[in-house]
Amino acid sequence: MTAEAAPKRPFRWHIIVFLAPAVLVYTAIMIVPLFGTLQFSLFRNVSGGHTFVGLDNFRTLFGDPNWSRGFWNALWNNVWFFIIHMLVQNPIGILLAALLSSPKLRLSSFYRTAIFIPTILSFVIVGFAWKLILSPIWGVAPNLLDLVGLKSLFTPWLGKEEYALTALSLISVWQFVGIPMMLIYAALLSIPDEVIEAAECDGVTGMAQFWKIKLPLVLPSIGIISVLTFVANFNAFDLIYSAQGALAGPNYSTDILGTFLYRAFFGFQLQVGDRNMGAAIATMMFLIILTGVCLYLFLIQTRLRRYQF
Amino acid sequence: MNRATASLPRSVAAHAILISYTVIALFPVFVILINSFKSRRSIFGAPMMPPTPETFDLVGYRMVLTQGDFLTYFQNSFIVTVASLFFVLLFGAMAAFALSEYRFRGNRLMGLYLALGIMIPIRLGTVAILQMMVASGLVNTLTALILVYTAQGLPLAVFILTEFMSGVSDDLKNAGRIDGLSEYRIFFRLVLPLVRPAMATVAVFTMIPIWNDLWFPLILAPSEATKTVTLGAQMFIGQYVTNWNAVLAALSLAILPVLVLYLIFSRQLIRGITSGAVK
Repeated sequence: MTAEAAPKRPFRWHIIVFLAPAVLVYTAIMIVPLFGTLQFSLFRNVSGGHTFVGLDNFRTLFGDPNWSRGFWNALWNNVWFFIIHMLVQNPIGILLAALLSSPKLRLSSFYRTAIFIPTILSFVIVGFAWKLILSPIWGVAPNLLDLVGLKSLFTPWLGKEEYALTALSLISVWQFVGIPMMLIYAALLSIPDEVIEAAECDGVTGMAQFWKIKLPLVLPSIGIISVLTFVANFNAFDLIYSAQGALAGPNYSTDILGTFLYRAFFGFQLQVGDRNMGAAIATMMFLIILTGVCLYLFLIQTRLRRYQF
Repeated sequence: MNRATASLPRSVAAHAILISYTVIALFPVFVILINSFKSRRSIFGAPMMPPTPETFDLVGYRMVLTQGDFLTYFQNSFIVTVASLFFVLLFGAMAAFALSEYRFRGNRLMGLYLALGIMIPIRLGTVAILQMMVASGLVNTLTALILVYTAQGLPLAVFILTEFMSGVSDDLKNAGRIDGLSEYRIFFRLVLPLVRPAMATVAVFTMIPIWNDLWFPLILAPSEATKTVTLGAQMFIGQYVTNWNAVLAALSLAILPVLVLYLIFSRQLIRGITSGAVK
């Protein structure tokens, strides 16, 4: 309606007034710095001046063995971090959601509330709490394993190069399993009863009904959860920093892009902070995240059929 | 699962799985909380036991309250969270109203532009944000954090609220226009009260990451006077890492307020998620 009348009307200032605060704050604090950071990655401080050096910072990042070893190590660790999330977090989330959504389940709101609790805690709390629990000094974890007769399996997981990253990924999964659970639970609830009843009439029940009817219908939600997990994982920092410190020990085995960026940007112990190298790493993270999001939007989302009820 | 096959073994199995996962989810929090009230000896002697009159000891809390300035940290976190939340909700609702109510050139483009921030994390701009805050003298002020968190929260807020606002009846708004209400009054008097449930959902989603953030307090406001609880707890624990009473008490102090708030608002939060506010 308004569109047809628009040319004859006086200029609608109120639209600008409504939009201005949000657009200004968002542009000034988020979009401009984002591009500012991309721009910084093309500059370098040479003898006091800030000079344009083209892709030199990236050449350093990939060419200089000191930098490139760190970068590829962080990137590979990050990929592993993401794989563990996809393989563990999503199946557990789907299982819990499927159980919670069964209509006659009692106490389901209690389970929902309780299982979501770790998600609201900060990484700092989660990181330290698990560090204490897994600590061989305190002995909570070995005692628990002893109860089930598996004490021999215990090692200080967070302190061993080969286990530390997997252990931290699982801690992060423990924290965030509530999110896929909730989103898939919501998607399962929105499946109309007629669809389920029709399946029952055709004799599709129980497990078969879950695999053939419900799971395909919640695939779009699983897609969204995957891309959210991807963005969150490639941008993660807090958990590693609180549990293992900025050096992401032991021997950089838990170093991911977030901690690598932090050390490059601020410096740590012997390493001197370098704003431009930090910007170059942030640019790489930006490209990785952008690639992931675009892959999702153009390849996966368009192929998943959405059902409108 | 369904009427045809629902049977006792099935529901026992379902409860068994859910109970075991609930135990896994709550166990670490529980262990931290009970041990924070115990003396050092019993923390190590019987870590799984709840505090008894003999082992009850508040030494950790005394240490935290005298050594760390947790009252200031709480105050900082509170100011930053409430102020950011206020701006996110106000600015977000205003922008969402403009996008859902008026048809104008560039409407969809503006919606897409604002939604970009949902997928691209603001952290990637940190290098330039720090530069900007240094240039404007805002480093080590709570204002810097409030600005950053407002920008961070806006994209999701606009996205969710736009969907809700397009559901508000047109008749109501047109009735208001006929009665001579200005567009501003229509927004503040008619539309805002109607989308209050959606605002509550947005508030919870915005609040949790702000309260829990470590990255920006660490980089933009690490001074003693502007530390937030998350950063304060992190640094305190780093310093007192061998003093288990103090560490457990600091962790519990950081957990408790969030836990209490969550238990009060969990119904709202879960209803918000399951009503399809976030798709």
